[in-house]
Amino acid sequence: MSAVDSIPYERLGRPIHGPEALTSDWTRFWHLTFNIAKTQWKLRFFGSALGYLWQLVRPLLMFSVLWVFFTKIGHIGNSPDTGGHYGAQLLGSIVLFTFFGESTAGAVRSVVDNEALVRKIQFPRMVIPLSNVLLAMFNLGLNLIVVFIFALGSGVHPMLTWLELPLIVAVLAVFSTGLAMLLSALYVYFRDVAPIWEVLSQVLFYASPVIIPISTVEKHLHGALLHLYMLNPLATIFQAFRHAVITHATPSPAEILGSYAALLGPLAIVVTAFVVGFVVFDRTAPYVAENL
Amino acid sequence: MSDVQEGMAEQLPHVAVRRVSKSFRIPEQRVHTLKERALHPRRKTAYQTFQALRDISLAVQPGEFFGIAGRNGSGKSTLLKCMAGIYQFDGDIWVRGRLSTFIELGVGFNMDLAARDNVIMNGLMMGLSPREARRRYDSVIEFAELQDFKDLKLKNYSSGMQVRLAFSVAIQVDAEILLIDEVLAVGDASFQQKCFDVFNQMRDEGKTIVFVTHDMSALRRFCHRAVLLERGSMVHLGEPKDVTEQYLEINFGRDPEALERGEHAGDGDARVIEAWIENEQEQRTQVVPQGQRITLRVMVRFMVPVDDPQCSVYVHNEDQQAVLVASSWVRHERSGSYAPGETVMFSFSFDNVLAPGRYSPVINLAHRGSGLDVIDRYERGFSFLVSADVALGGVIDLPTEVSIERVGPGVTEGVEV
Repeated sequence: MSAVDSIPYERLGRPIHGPEALTSDWTRFWHLTFNIAKTQWKLRFFGSALGYLWQLVRPLLMFSVLWVFFTKIGHIGNSPDTGGHYGAQLLGSIVLFTFFGESTAGAVRSVVDNEALVRKIQFPRMVIPLSNVLLAMFNLGLNLIVVFIFALGSGVHPMLTWLELPLIVAVLAVFSTGLAMLLSALYVYFRDVAPIWEVLSQVLFYASPVIIPISTVEKHLHGALLHLYMLNPLATIFQAFRHAVITHATPSPAEILGSYAALLGPLAIVVTAFVVGFVVFDRTAPYVAENL
Repeated sequence: MSDVQEGMAEQLPHVAVRRVSKSFRIPEQRVHTLKERALHPRRKTAYQTFQALRDISLAVQPGEFFGIAGRNGSGKSTLLKCMAGIYQFDGDIWVRGRLSTFIELGVGFNMDLAARDNVIMNGLMMGLSPREARRRYDSVIEFAELQDFKDLKLKNYSSGMQVRLAFSVAIQVDAEILLIDEVLAVGDASFQQKCFDVFNQMRDEGKTIVFVTHDMSALRRFCHRAVLLERGSMVHLGEPKDVTEQYLEINFGRDPEALERGEHAGDGDARVIEAWIENEQEQRTQVVPQGQRITLRVMVRFMVPVDDPQCSVYVHNEDQQAVLVASSWVRHERSGSYAPGETVMFSFSFDNVLAPGRYSPVINLAHRGSGLDVIDRYERGFSFLVSADVALGGVIDLPTEVSIERVGPGVTEGVEV
C-alpha cells in the first residue's frame, strides 16, 4: 500500500479517469462512430429484400400525400406565392426534416438502449448519439440524390447557389447534433422526454416552411412576428435550401428579414443548442453507467 | 526486499490503486419524468448513500495474476469496473500498459449480424484500429473453430457456438493487462477447463491479470496474490492461501444465525437443536482439511417419550448428490428409550476423503423403522468446507498410490525416413 505512495505519480503510467463523453484518442472515436453508424445502416438495409427502397418510402409517401392534398384538393401548392416548383420545394423540405427527425428522435433512447455497452465497456460516450446523427446523415445523402433527380425532372435548372448546400446541411447537422446530445442525456433521467419530443417535433414540422410557402407566412406575419417565426432554425434552414437549390423566385432568409445580420438570431439558437447539448452530455456522461 | 536490486523499472506496478472509494447514490424515490420534476420543482430528492468501496490501495506487479475475492456485494466487481474506467470514483488509479477488460462474454454482440461484423465491431470497442480488428478476425474464427459458419448471422448459431465465439473474441487480445470478471468462466465443465487452460497460458506468457472471483479453488489455483474485500473494505492482502482461509472464515465461520435458518420438518416429538463438524482435535470447525478423521455431531432434545429413535445423515455436495449417508440404525437399532427434556448426542466419525468443496448435511431423525416416520428433518442448517491442495474433479478422493515404471525400450533418435 505504502509502495504505491512512495512512487512518483508520473511514473505510474496513465491515470484512469472514469467514463467520459469524449476522449484524447480521436481516431478511435471516429472509427467507433463511423462503424456503429455503418453497422446500423447495414442492419436496416440488408435485413429486408427491398433494402434502400424502404428507407425512401417514408419521406416519399409523406410527400405524395401532401403534394396531392395541397395541389389537387387544397390550393396552397398552386398559388403564385410558392415561386414555382412546389413539388421540389416540398420534397426537399421533407427530406431535410426527415434527417432532423431521425437524428433527434433516434438519439433519445440511444444511450439507454445501449445499456450493455455503457455498463461494461469503456469508450467515449459521445459516440452513441453522434453515430445516430451520422446514420441519419447517410440517409440524407441518398435522399438528396432523389431530391435532385426530382428537381431536375420538374424543370429546376442547376444554379451556382447549389454550392451553398453543404453549408446549409452543416448548420442543420450542428443543430440536430446539439439536440441529439441533449435529448439522449435527459432521457437517462427523465423517461417522458421521448413522448414530449415526439409532440415538439411535430410542432416544429408545422412551424417550419415545409408545406406552407414562405410568402404565405409573410402575408400573415409582419415585423417582430416574422422575425420570431424565422428564429426557428429549421425555418431559416429550409427556406435557405429552397432559395439556393430550387428557385430564386422564393426569397432567401436574409431577404425576408431584411439583412444578413438578422440571420445571427437563428444561428445563435443553433450554437446555443449545440453548446447546451454538449455541456449537459459531458456532465452526465461519467455517471450514466450507474444511473441507468 | 531482494527485488530492489532488479532495478526501479521492474518495481513499477502495472496497475496502481491509491485510496480509491466509490459510493453510489440511491434515490429513495426515483423521479423518472420531467412532469414530476415540473410539478414539484422544489421537492428535494432524498438519497441513500451506499458505500461500495472504502479506501482501497493496492499495486499489481507486472506479470502477476492478482485475485480480487469477496462474496456477492463485497465490491469486487465495482473495483474492477473502476479500474476499467467504467465507473467514476474517488482516489487514483494508474495503469501502465495496454488494458483490456472482460466483464461479460459477448458484450455488444448483435444477433442480426454475421460473425465477421460482430468480431470487428467488438475489436473496435476494445480499442483496436479497423486494420488490427480485421487482422484479429481470422485468428478469432480459427480459435472458435467456426470457419464454416463465419457468414451466418449470430442468431442462427447454437448457444455453444455463440459462447465459443464470444470467448475467442475475449482472449484474442494483444494487451499486457487483462481485467477479468469471473463470469467469463461460466458454462459447462469442459468449457471451464478451456477457460482455465487459457488463464494458465496467459499467466505463463507473463501477462498481468486482475481476476475477480468468489471461487476459492480458482483463486488458489491461479493467483500469485489476492485481496479480500468485505463490504467494500480490504480485509486481507497477500497469499491466496491466507485470503481463502479468511474468506471461508468470514462466510461460514461467524454465523450464529446459521442454525436458526435451518428448516425443520416432522412430528416434533424431538428436535435437532444443533449440529456441527469437529476435526481430529475435537474442535468445532467449518473448514476441514482433506485426509483427517472428522466427526459430525448432532444434538437432539426430546419433547415426549420416544423409544428407539434413529438418526441418519446425508452429506450432500454442491451438486446435491448424497456423497455420504450414515445412519444409527445399522449398529444401534435398539437405541433406547428417552424421556421428555432429555438431550442426546449422535456422532458420526469418518475419514475425510471428500473432494474439496462445500457440503451441506441433512439430518433425519425418525422413529424406529423405515425412516419415513420422521420426528425431525433438519435441512440447510449448516455446511462445511473441505479444503485440499488440488481439486482433481472426483466426487471423493480415495488415497491413491501412483507409480511410474519403464517397461520397455522406446525408439531413440536417429530413426529417419
